[in-house]
Amino acid sequence: MEALGIDVLFKGTNALRLLQGLWIAVQISGISVALSIVLGVLLGIFMMWKNPVARAVSRLYLEIVRIMPQLALLYIVFFGATRVLGINLTAEFSAIIVFTFWGTGEMGDLVRGALASTPRHQYESAAALGLTRAQAYRYVIIPQAVRRLVPAAINLVTRMVKTTSLLLMIGIIEMMKVGQQIIEANRMTSPNAVFGIYGTIMLLYFAVCWPISLLANHLSKKWN
Amino acid sequence: MADTNTAAAENADTVVKNAETNAAEALLEVEHLHKAYGEKVVLEDISLTVKRGEVVVIIGPSGCGKSTFLRCLNALEPIQGGSVRVAGVEVGADKRQLVALRQKVGMVFQSYDLFPHMTVLDNITLAPMKARGVGRAEAEAQARALLERVGLSDKADSFPRMLSGGQKQRVAIARALAMEPELLLLDEVTAALDPEMVREVLDVILDLAREGKTMVIVTHEMQFARAVADRVLFFDGGGIVEQDIPERFFAHPQTERAQRFLHTFEFDAVRTHEG
Repeated sequence: MEALGIDVLFKGTNALRLLQGLWIAVQISGISVALSIVLGVLLGIFMMWKNPVARAVSRLYLEIVRIMPQLALLYIVFFGATRVLGINLTAEFSAIIVFTFWGTGEMGDLVRGALASTPRHQYESAAALGLTRAQAYRYVIIPQAVRRLVPAAINLVTRMVKTTSLLLMIGIIEMMKVGQQIIEANRMTSPNAVFGIYGTIMLLYFAVCWPISLLANHLSKKWN
Repeated sequence: MADTNTAAAENADTVVKNAETNAAEALLEVEHLHKAYGEKVVLEDISLTVKRGEVVVIIGPSGCGKSTFLRCLNALEPIQGGSVRVAGVEVGADKRQLVALRQKVGMVFQSYDLFPHMTVLDNITLAPMKARGVGRAEAEAQARALLERVGLSDKADSFPRMLSGGQKQRVAIARALAMEPELLLLDEVTAALDPEMVREVLDVILDLAREGKTMVIVTHEMQFARAVADRVLFFDGGGIVEQDIPERFFAHPQTERAQRFLHTFEFDAVRTHEG
């Protein structure tokens, strides 16, 4: 136990503190994911517009989301907003803004892809049967788009959960930060805690992301 | 060009007389239909009347506009001039009537286009339930009867991906029939099928013809056209070049273009054998 540095977990409330850190990470990613899904669907529909301005705007947005490292975005929003705009955002609020900005962009592109890849003939055969446009979307197009969307969307969700490990950089006491604190505090008594704590953090991230990943596998098996 | 027009006109006369002896009313009336994509004219000045119970087969070389013509009949393609009327109602004049119109005009496509996320049974019951408000029990009973008719009773709970091409196409026909259309449009329904599956689909259509279903059929199957048609239309260059009853059209096509087209289905032996 000591050789692996796991003993530190059982000192004081260390284990509980790690779980509290995980809870913060789950909350921030959970809120961001929920917002990203709603806004991403709207963005995806917006991206289907043939209007050149709409296309340029969504293209630019998507490129920014793809190119910018999440950490740079976090710094810009958290530190930049305070300095330049004089707005004092909490670290948690900044994190949710950045994660939602990122998640919405990627989700929007996934939704657009799912809608665009539904063959034109599916619209036509629904129309030829006498279904209205709304009925064609509700019963024929959207169910197929959702099936195409879900595996990739779930992949995005797990990436958002994992990326909460960057949030310590703007001072959020999430799981990584708690881990660092525990390791620092026990540096003299348990020098191997660095393995035990980070190993535990790895398992905790795994425990959150694995069920999500299983769900994706289950759904794509069920639909194919 | 002059001789082809006269030939077409004379044949049209005899066809009209034939139809009149049946004393049926006109179900589909197309007058001076004009269809263009931008500058490019695809269909020019097409007029056609199809009586109730009549089976009209359209043949012609690829790109002659025959599939586009079919798609104009239920407003999947907008037209730039002329008119299309089904049972006296003008197609495309009123957007709100479009849905009602399409419920009267069934269409089956070359690529089947079944809904892949639904079972065969749900594919067939969707439109009757949602568009016509038929109850589930009634719609399912009707769907099962239709599946039996196309020889697929055991496939009700299968998904489209589990079916062969011929089976998919028969489901697509059943799905179109579930709306009880007055007019059925069939767009090269066997063109994507392996040869051994063509027959099972064509047999279903021959059955429908026997029962008196009004159909407009685009096909490349000449033997089938000859067997099923009351009237054959030969399309070329975006217009009707020749029309006649199948017996005469296939034996003695009047226009040179039709002769040339029919000749492409024949081969002359290049070797001689004694036997």
